[in-house]
Parts: sequence; structure tokens; C-alpha cells
Amino acid sequence: MERIHQNLPALIVVLPLCMGLITSIIGRRGLGWWLAMGTASAVLAMAVQLLVNVLESGTLTVTYQMGSWPAPFGIVYVVDPLNAGVLTIVALIGAIVTLYARKSIASEMDPRRLHFFYALWLFCMTGLLGITITGDAFNLYVLLEISSLSTYTLVALGRQRNRRALTAAINYLVLGSIGATFYLLGIAYLYMVTGSLNIADIQHILATKVFPTWGTDAPMYRTTVYVGFALMAVGLSLKLALFPLHGWLPNAYTYAPSSVSALLASTATKVGAYAFIRVIFTLVGTGFAYRMLHTDVVLMVSAGAAILVGSWMAFRQTSLKKLLAYSSIGQIGYITLGFALGNVNGLTASIIHLFNHALTKGGMFMALGVVAYRLGNTRLQDVQGLGRKLPFTMAAFTAGGLGLIGVPLTAGFVSKWYLVTACIEAGRYEMAAIVLVGSLIALLYVWKVVEAIYFGKRPENVPGVKEAPLTMLVPTLLLAGASIYFGIDASTSARVATAAAHFLLGVTP
Amino acid sequence: MQVVLDHYNYWVCVILMMIGFYGVIAKTNLIKKALSLSLFQTGVLVFYISIGKVEGGTGPVLDPRNPEAVYSNPLPHALMLTAIVVGVATLSVAMAIIVNIRERYGTIDERDIEDIENQAQE
Repeated sequence: MERIHQNLPALIVVLPLCMGLITSIIGRRGLGWWLAMGTASAVLAMAVQLLVNVLESGTLTVTYQMGSWPAPFGIVYVVDPLNAGVLTIVALIGAIVTLYARKSIASEMDPRRLHFFYALWLFCMTGLLGITITGDAFNLYVLLEISSLSTYTLVALGRQRNRRALTAAINYLVLGSIGATFYLLGIAYLYMVTGSLNIADIQHILATKVFPTWGTDAPMYRTTVYVGFALMAVGLSLKLALFPLHGWLPNAYTYAPSSVSALLASTATKVGAYAFIRVIFTLVGTGFAYRMLHTDVVLMVSAGAAILVGSWMAFRQTSLKKLLAYSSIGQIGYITLGFALGNVNGLTASIIHLFNHALTKGGMFMALGVVAYRLGNTRLQDVQGLGRKLPFTMAAFTAGGLGLIGVPLTAGFVSKWYLVTACIEAGRYEMAAIVLVGSLIALLYVWKVVEAIYFGKRPENVPGVKEAPLTMLVPTLLLAGASIYFGIDASTSARVATAAAHFLLGVTP
Repeated sequence: MQVVLDHYNYWVCVILMMIGFYGVIAKTNLIKKALSLSLFQTGVLVFYISIGKVEGGTGPVLDPRNPEAVYSNPLPHALMLTAIVVGVATLSVAMAIIVNIRERYGTIDERDIEDIENQAQE
């Protein structure tokens, strides 16, 4: 037991990796789901334990040396309040969606190949957890590719429902690989300057040896660091689907199998956002990224455009999955805006919105998955009058929709409250206005769907629909319930987010 | 001129990458697109390998007879072994998806696929 405890940071990545391999070999005849579910639960337990360990430790960090090689020579895994929180999000959503996936995916693909699906599912989780926990810039690239490659394949598995899943997947593959390659090239530039790949070590070398020379007559490697950071920023923006680099997202989310959409929407882009926060706040520091290069202005413009364009495009969709996908682009804008502001409240808003949006959007995609499971389609006309047929599922969808708008007593309200406070604190009134306008547009597109659900008339001569099977309904309600719970009592999520924000900015609360 | 000659290894990488990048954007044949992507990644691999070179350095194998020897940096090479594997995996996933596209659409040209989808919607 003590051994397991000491090796938790490594196990949380290694366990799903090994179980993924095992599942692909022995996971036939329904065993695959049990293996995936067991692994996801174990990962959740480990993530929660790590979060507790970190918050209780005096330094707020837990460092793990792979094979006992000390940094900067070996690869280290570093857990601090920020990534412990993100780990918990990924593990929590992962476990809940795995529970949901069993019935949902069985109706969407060849049952004899389900074990491969669960293997990919676990690889995807491996990559996402690994990106979050690693303290090594190159290791981050490798894990990014592990999660991306399994994601491309998972998206392509939607081919049986609609062959456009394949074109969406190849499009995602091309753009995703370009993003990852840009990131890789960015690391090369920073490696040329610092000779190190360890994130903490690069930060230390930049801060003590490189930046101080820039004020003098002989600035060292100024252009190299500029270009390196720019390449990393563009690469990660592609991964995080920040406007205008969001082109791959709508189709990938729309045509992927329901459970895959739920997992991706609530974890993949969040982990991308985490990696971006890590690069800005830990790797190069805000002094360089914001005060010297004014990246914050670029990010704010992108975020503002993402909020307005994403929400507006969402309003114009009639395919509900596409509506949610575009709304995700808008929500990524809120997350980006939070960390672009760079103050404690902004960062808190960003981190808390990572969590709240994961709950909200995960629950909504799962509710749509139920509609797809029962009706085979998720267009606006398909949900007309479904409120009476699928009362619980539609209630979950509506709760999520209220969260997207940011109605009080939902999780979305808490994040928007922090965000607007942060905008005003930073003197960015125009951004506060954009947040409010974005919420108004969200009201429009959510109302459009809610109206159809509760006041629309069920078309004549369609077969009756039954409420979702229990293994799909319970996870959906769980996430929807959580998005309400964390709106009423935000003390836990706010505590972690504030601790992470204080930690990143190096201020004591 | 001196700038070009001094950094000719960088120029090679940049040219390789840009040929690949052009292919990714301009080609509509999906296989050509996937291969261009591979070329783009190869440009980065060459870049990494060239930055590991130390002037006057030999291969990084410890030579006990010559304690003064200067060695090239082997780390970027080791990193690129991993990146090559990633590149191969990416290309094979891309090819697998393209085979599937060919089976369902009967074409691997993006414009044709777009036409087929537009007709299906009407």
C-alpha cells in the first residue's frame, strides 16, 4: 500500500496505458468495458488522492522522478494545485462517460470490435492524464500525440452512423498534427537557448541567465525565444481550438460517436487549455509573454471573437450536436479570456470554468447521446416535444443549457461571476461587455432548443420513445446534477481554483 | 549571402517544411496531403538533428584514449527517434482513414467528396 502511495503520479498514467494494451488483447465479449470501467474508477481514486496530497502538502507540489533520475536529466512528473485539479476533471469525466459508453457505443459500432474501442479509449485517457501531470516539455509532446492519435481514430469510429465522420477525422488529423509539430519546433528553439527540456529548469535558466541580459547591450537569444514561444503558442491554440484555429472542431464533435463527443468536449480541449496556461505562466512567465510580447492582447481579441462568433454560429445550427460544438468554441473563448487577463480572479475564472464547462457540456452531449440512441438522429426537429417522452434526459439537457447561459444557481454562473469581476478589476470593460453579450446569445440558442423540447409538438406517425436505459440515464443525471450542485455550493471547486491561481501567480492568499 | 551560407542547415529545414506545408494546404488528393504532412514533420526532425551538432564534435561514444575529445549532443537524436515513431503512427492512422474514405465515397479527392456530400444534402 505504501509503495502504491509513493508511486501514484506514475501509476495514474501507466495504469491506463497497460490496461489499454491488455484490453486490446483479452477484452472480447463485453470484458473490455469491465476492464475500462475498472481502470477509470482506479484512475479517479488516484486523482482524488493526489489532489488531497497536494493541497495538504506544505509546498503545494509533489514531484516524482521517473526511475529515480533527478531533474533535469530524468523525466519528472510534477503535481501542483493546477494540474491536480485538471487531473481530477479528466478522471471524473472519464469514469462517468465510461459508465455511459457501454450501451451507447454498442449501438454505434460492430460489437465484435468493441475491445479495440475501449483500448483506444484508455489510450486517450493516458495521453490526457500524461499531458497534465508531466513536468517535461518533450514528454508533453509525446503524450499529446498519444491522446491525439487515439482521438482521431475514435472520431473516425462514427463512420457507421455517418460517413462524414471519416472526413472529419482526417481533417482533424491534419490540423492536429500541424499543431503538434509547431509545438515540437517551439521546444527545439527553447532547447537551443537553454539546453534543457525540463519545464522548471527551462523557466529557471530563462529567468536567471537569458532575460536579465535583454536590458543590456548584448541581449542573448532574443529572437530565438520569441520564435520558440510563438510556435508553441500557435501549436497549442490549434489543439485547444482557439478562434480562428477552431476549424477542425465542429465536424469532429458532430460526427464522432456520442460517448466520444462527450469525452472530447469535456476533457480534450480543457487539457489543451491547461497546457497553454502552463506554457505562459510557468515556462516563459507572464513577464515575458504578457508584459513584453503583449500576447494577452492577442489572446483577448481571439477570445472575444471566439465568444461572439462561436455563440452566433451555435445559434444558426439545426443539428444539435453541431450547436453544442460551436457553443464549445465560445466557451473556450471564456476560458482563454480568463487566463489572458492574468490577474488572480481571471485565472481562477479560467480554472473554475475548465471544471464547470466540463460538467455542463459533458452532461449535454450525453443527453444528446440518449436522443441519438433512441431516435438515431439529433436534429432540431427530432427533439420536438420530447420533454414528455424523455423527461429526465431533457431535464438534464435543460440544466446544462442554463449552465451555458450562466443562470444563477448553475455552475456557469459561478465562472462568469469570477470572469466579469476579473474583467472589471483589469479595467477591461469592453471584455466584460462581450462576456455579457455572449451570454445573451447563449440564451437565444439554448431557448431555441428548450422551446422545441417542451413547447414543440411531437410530429404525428412517429414511433413512441422510451426513457433512456439506466446505465445511460444515471451518468447523464450525475453530470447535470453536479453542474447544479457546483453552482449552489462552489466552495470546493473555488478553493482548488483559487489555490491554483495563487500558486501560478506566486502570490500568497 | 553570408547569412544564407552560415545557416544553410536551417534553410534546408525551412524549405523542407514549407514544401510540406504548401502540400498540406494546396493539395486536394488526401494521400498527397498525408505525405506532405509527413514531409513537414521531417523538416522538424532534420532541424532537431542539426542543432545537436557541436563544432568539431565527433560521434557521442566515450573515447578513453582521447580525454580531450569534443562530442556532439546525442539528446536531440534520441528525441527524434521518438518523434519518428510518432510520425509513422500519424501517417499510418491517416492512411487507414483514407482507405476507409475510399471504400465509402469511391474517391480520395477532397473536392469530389465535398460534391458528393452537397448532392446528398439536396
